[in-house]
Amino acid sequence: MNWAGLYTVLSGVNRHSTAIGRIWLSVIFIFRIMVLVVAAESVWGDEKSAFTCNTQQPGCNSVCYDHFFPISHIRLWALQLILVTTPALLVAMHVAYQQHQEKKLLVLTGHADAKHMEEVKKHKMRIAGSLWWTYVCSVVFRLLFEAVFMYIFYMLYPGYQMMRLVKCEAYPCPNTVDCFISRPTEKTIFTVFMLVTSSICIVLNMAELVYLVVRACARRSQHNSNPSSGKSSFYGHKHSSEYKQNEINQLLTEQDGSLKDMLRRNSGLQEKGDRCSAC
Amino acid sequence: MDWGTLQAILGGVNKHSTSIGKIWLTVLFIFRIMILVVAAERVWGDEQQDFVCNTLQPGCRNVCYDHFFPISHIRLWALQLIFVSTPALLVAMHVAYTRHEKKRRFRNGEKIDIEELKNAKIHIRGPLWWTYTSSIFFRLIFEAVFMYVFYYMYDGYQMPRLVKCNAWPCPNTVDCFVSRPTEKTTFTIFMLSVSGICMMLNLAELCYLVIKVCMKEPRKTT
Repeated sequence: MNWAGLYTVLSGVNRHSTAIGRIWLSVIFIFRIMVLVVAAESVWGDEKSAFTCNTQQPGCNSVCYDHFFPISHIRLWALQLILVTTPALLVAMHVAYQQHQEKKLLVLTGHADAKHMEEVKKHKMRIAGSLWWTYVCSVVFRLLFEAVFMYIFYMLYPGYQMMRLVKCEAYPCPNTVDCFISRPTEKTIFTVFMLVTSSICIVLNMAELVYLVVRACARRSQHNSNPSSGKSSFYGHKHSSEYKQNEINQLLTEQDGSLKDMLRRNSGLQEKGDRCSAC
Repeated sequence: MDWGTLQAILGGVNKHSTSIGKIWLTVLFIFRIMILVVAAERVWGDEQQDFVCNTLQPGCRNVCYDHFFPISHIRLWALQLIFVSTPALLVAMHVAYTRHEKKRRFRNGEKIDIEELKNAKIHIRGPLWWTYTSSIFFRLIFEAVFMYVFYYMYDGYQMPRLVKCNAWPCPNTVDCFVSRPTEKTTFTIFMLSVSGICMMLNLAELCYLVIKVCMKEPRKTT
């Protein structure tokens, strides 16, 4: 499991994201993960071996390195990128659950042929209903993780700048010892670059959040001014055909309408006459 | 996520590019990215370890290396290649959006063959022409900016054998020796030439697109 594996997992989520979500994913993979792997890792590669202190005291070098770099930038960025990309998996899991429900519904309504099953897998889920909440939660978590890591970076490495020289007094170093960091300018450049891309990602996430909220409000006001769809209640009779019909009703009330569109398109059936009053 | 994945992403864009665009993409992948990965990274691999200064003063070597190489050539080239290849994704996004719109029209009842939709080459016309032209324009700008950054940082593209350093804590002036200067100069000039070729290809593509549009317009008006 490496970055390429994560890319494979997350590209699947891409299909069900908004346009801003797709841009966000591209920025993450190209400007953050790829830059990390291809460039930043080699800059920090020799951070410990080339960390030199002006002393011959054994152990002083290690102790000072550990004191000034409790956790390396590279590891922090790797953790940040993993935590920031993972909420998208919540959405993937919800989509998989909805697809499972749709397949169950197809079986119950007698449309369980290969063509319909394939289409369930391929069609894009509308971000509405419970999926909307999951999607919004995932965006909120992304924002939180980004902010937390930027704060951790600021606490650990005040000002984001890498110094050329640090003065170390930790035991066993004698008095104060000058220690020199390797490639400080290059490290500062990459730290600033990663910080800027992180901020761009935060802005994209906020834009996506605003877009989702505005879209939901617009949809709700459209629905309120056009209340043609009612929803039936679940009766729960155990009589076989009524029970089946009621289960279909319940499944349909949980769907966001994408399956209904699909079935309407493919079979040309009249909704009201054929299935339920939940439509 | 490495160069291979970038190649997979950009390979998809290739289908909707002009012939010059396809040549540009090939030059980018074979003569720049591949050379970077297969050869240049090895040449610069020991750049700091083998940067030797004529002093026993601890820290002097680190400081002098940092002073003369604020950012390594390899990293600059990696960033340049990432920035130069990314505008092509604008085109990919626009094509995906156009396809999505066509699918929506199909769903609303218009008769469009779905197989043809997937495989059809989308012609560079209308708003796509503007997106494509902007992407070429951005590529040119990024190439020019990076070439300027290189020139500004490494005065004249040549790697000297010896640099004289007097940054603290080095005592007075210290001679420092760069590892593999001739090989580095050779690769720097090679990458520079290929970058120049890519800029010319981009300019040619820009001219081609503009001329194509101008040729269409008189035909429309007559």
